[in-house]
Amino acid sequence: MAKYILKRLLYMIPMMFIISLLVFVTIQLPPGDYVSTMIEEMRNLQGVNWTPQFEEAMRERYGLNEPILVQYGKWIGNIMLHGDFGYSFQNNAPSQEIIWDRLGMTVLIALASFIFSWMVALPIGIYSAVRQYSIGDYIFSIIGFIGMATPGFLIALALLYLAFSQWGISISGLFSTEYADAPWSFAKFIDLLKHIWLPMVIVGTAGTAGLIRIMRANLLDELDKPYVDTARAKGMPEWRLLLKYPVRHALNPFISTLGWTLPSLVAGEAIVSIVLNLPTTGPVYLQALRVQDMYVAAGFLMLLSFLTMMGTLLSDILLAWLDPRIRYQ
Amino acid sequence: MANDIMKQPAQPIPWPHAAQSGSQDEPQLAIASQWRLMWWKFRKHRLAMISLVIVVTLYTVALFAGFFAPHAKTTYHRGYTQAPPQKIHWLDNGKLAPYVYGYQQETDPRTFERRYAVDEDVKIPLGFFVKGDPYTIGLKGIPVDWLNWLHITTDRHFFGPKHHGDPFYLAGADDLGRDVWSRLIFASQISLSVGLVGVALSLGLGIILGGLSGLIGGRVDNAIQRLIELLRSIPDIPLWMALATAVPARWDPTLVYFGITVVLSLLGWTHMARVVRGRFLSLREEDFILAAELDGVSRFRIITRHMVPSFLSHIIASVTLAIPGMILGETALSFLGLGLQAPVVSWGVMLKDAQSIRVIANMPWMLLPGVAVTLTVLVFNFLGDGLRDAADPYR
Repeated sequence: MAKYILKRLLYMIPMMFIISLLVFVTIQLPPGDYVSTMIEEMRNLQGVNWTPQFEEAMRERYGLNEPILVQYGKWIGNIMLHGDFGYSFQNNAPSQEIIWDRLGMTVLIALASFIFSWMVALPIGIYSAVRQYSIGDYIFSIIGFIGMATPGFLIALALLYLAFSQWGISISGLFSTEYADAPWSFAKFIDLLKHIWLPMVIVGTAGTAGLIRIMRANLLDELDKPYVDTARAKGMPEWRLLLKYPVRHALNPFISTLGWTLPSLVAGEAIVSIVLNLPTTGPVYLQALRVQDMYVAAGFLMLLSFLTMMGTLLSDILLAWLDPRIRYQ
Repeated sequence: MANDIMKQPAQPIPWPHAAQSGSQDEPQLAIASQWRLMWWKFRKHRLAMISLVIVVTLYTVALFAGFFAPHAKTTYHRGYTQAPPQKIHWLDNGKLAPYVYGYQQETDPRTFERRYAVDEDVKIPLGFFVKGDPYTIGLKGIPVDWLNWLHITTDRHFFGPKHHGDPFYLAGADDLGRDVWSRLIFASQISLSVGLVGVALSLGLGIILGGLSGLIGGRVDNAIQRLIELLRSIPDIPLWMALATAVPARWDPTLVYFGITVVLSLLGWTHMARVVRGRFLSLREEDFILAAELDGVSRFRIITRHMVPSFLSHIIASVTLAIPGMILGETALSFLGLGLQAPVVSWGVMLKDAQSIRVIANMPWMLLPGVAVTLTVLVFNFLGDGLRDAADPYR
């Protein structure tokens, strides 16, 4: 087992390097750079025209004139050696301050949504399979299908409208105004709990719907097998039988979905948080992309990919731990 | 008329024997072709059948958008900005003569809020096949010369105000007084076709790379699998966002459109490639392939004649299930302002106007494109599920 985990971890290192290169090149793809964005903004705002010499000097200062591979080398070197993600042009601050601050919240919301979707999907999936074609099964199926078809940001918009039209409140943000900039305290934490349920439910919904379908299908396959009849024949109580054998079996494919659940949660969170104006990666990432604040954007994209890889790794390890056939391959 | 169009057998998927499939007697079952068996099975899937009808309807409306939309997408009325939807009265004094009432605009003297009151003195008569804004149906504006003449320009509309220029807002008006319903219909052209074009691109890439991977195996397979793994470990929406910023907004709208579909399919092909590769790998071991090989059939013929037909149905099902992802991707990107831009209308572009709580609270009908997206994705999911079940011979 330890060998398996070690192998997977070692394998991640070259993958991470290639991803970082890919990410850096992607972020550099748009024509122009931050200096050209800035100069255009200045021109629009103040009607000032900059001399080409000044433009050159700015590029020189930010190191934007060097070949892309040199820029990449410096960037990745600083991350590896000093944990320095480069300079955020628009914020006049090191990128990592912004990135770490926001990434924490993203992870928190993604994990909360994940727990939410499992806690909802497991019992409903089991119920739908055991009571196949019952009214409850149909209702959950319909809700599930609609939930799968509606992107998170639409649910967010609909809920914004509902909350506003029904109760006259605005439900955006993660903190009440008095806590937004306050240092962490117990009261702030409680305030966070009061707000986090909404993004948690919104981000989790799409995944939940999919998980219900998977759990239902898996369990239905298992329920037909002879060992279930055997257990029933020897007089085992129904619910204990259910949880001990078929559910336990049906969990394996369920856990392998973890690998893609986490990334889709992280990705879904990005856009929901833009609608709900949450202090997570989404809004900052979008802004960074717009003004070509490339180190912030690249840092975010890379760390989000890292999170995704960790999610996949986690699901593989869990699966190997649960299913010996994978472990000994 | 709408019913006539719905009944047309304009199915997006070729069903060679669909038209004459009649009785399901036992002897027929034994000699029925694979496609006919699939069609029989598919017909039993009620939700999928309903979805098929809805999908065909949606694409028909999109194809003849100008005809079904009461107004052109840029027509506006200054006196009707942000006007709520008008209710259609079908009967006038017991006779079938649909009409809507006009609106009287009032401004709240205290808050300067604009309000609309139904003005029962102004009756706007409605009718079928009325004359209205001119529009073009067909392939106009396509950079291929010999395709360009395939269009007609006319001003007949399926349903709308009898007098050209009368205000008629079935689904309310937007900030500029344009008809949301008409724009919704025109937007479906972009939103629905993005799914098809994007899937076609990713299918092309997926078949080539997945086929190479599954057929050659070894080092090529390994390399392609690593590439897929790599692309899949970058979360899709953030990567799409980054790639979409590389498509300059100043480009010609057609180019931006293709740029965005290319961006979407850059990730979409990975899934297709996996499906194709898996199929090739499992078929390689089948007895009938071995038999063909022993008969000395050429490699190319084995692939095109024996392998592809036997997994084509699975590919069609996967393609159908991949379309919603593309539609959602375009909607999300345009919604964020990174995809298609304003003169172009797509559901995402329309939703972009509905971002702030002020707009949603005052004009909830601006969320209608969202309903359209959800409906489309839902029916494609059902359709894909039905096709997948029908394509599986063991169930």
